[in-house]
Amino acid sequence: MSMLHLVNKSPYENNNVSTASSTMRSDDVMLLIEDAVYAAVKGGKASTMLEGHKVSVLGPDLAARGIAEDKLASDVDVIDYAGFVDLVESNDKVQSWL
Amino acid sequence: MKLTIQINEGPYQHQSADSAYFFAKAALDKGHEIFRIFFYHDGVNNGTRLTTPPQDDRNIVSRWTELAQEHDIDMVLCVAAAQRRGIVDDGEAERNGKDATNIAPGFRISGLGQLVEGGIQSDRLVVFGD
Repeated sequence: MSMLHLVNKSPYENNNVSTASSTMRSDDVMLLIEDAVYAAVKGGKASTMLEGHKVSVLGPDLAARGIAEDKLASDVDVIDYAGFVDLVESNDKVQSWL
Repeated sequence: MKLTIQINEGPYQHQSADSAYFFAKAALDKGHEIFRIFFYHDGVNNGTRLTTPPQDDRNIVSRWTELAQEHDIDMVLCVAAAQRRGIVDDGEAERNGKDATNIAPGFRISGLGQLVEGGIQSDRLVVFGD
């Protein structure tokens, strides 16, 4: 059983990235969308929280915020909406951290 | 995969209405089925046909209508949320003595049971909100 943790808030706005990462099991995946894409920036506030976890980030939301992919932590997977759908399918449950 | 999508925020105020739309479109493009889209809280504002965005902006409401008609998707507005925000269909207008309706084509007004049923009948429930 694996869970997709869907986070949409910047780590500079609230603690959802931190809280979600602390509940993640080894098979779980975190997907960063909307303002949560700021969590994927290398050397940012959230980078240590995400270490050791499977993390994906939504490419269109990165582009909308002017974040180039070379600014991201190296182990973050950049995906599109089709990849988002695939993550929903490949994990048993989806938890939105609203 | 069968999906139900829940949307808690209104159009033009929060990205969730856009995120949910692009997710729904990508799922349909991949051949998945959307059992229901349930609009809750301010999300019911996605279902007023009176919205008139500038011509060079996306029309979030008609975009939902077109998607639903093309793929035969059940789109439900929460009745209590709709009543509070003045989203009215024929039945609600009659029941509450209103002189007009504003619900957009492809939407219907019903209760929270529809969300619960969506969660039970679908393989995944994906929630978009603030």
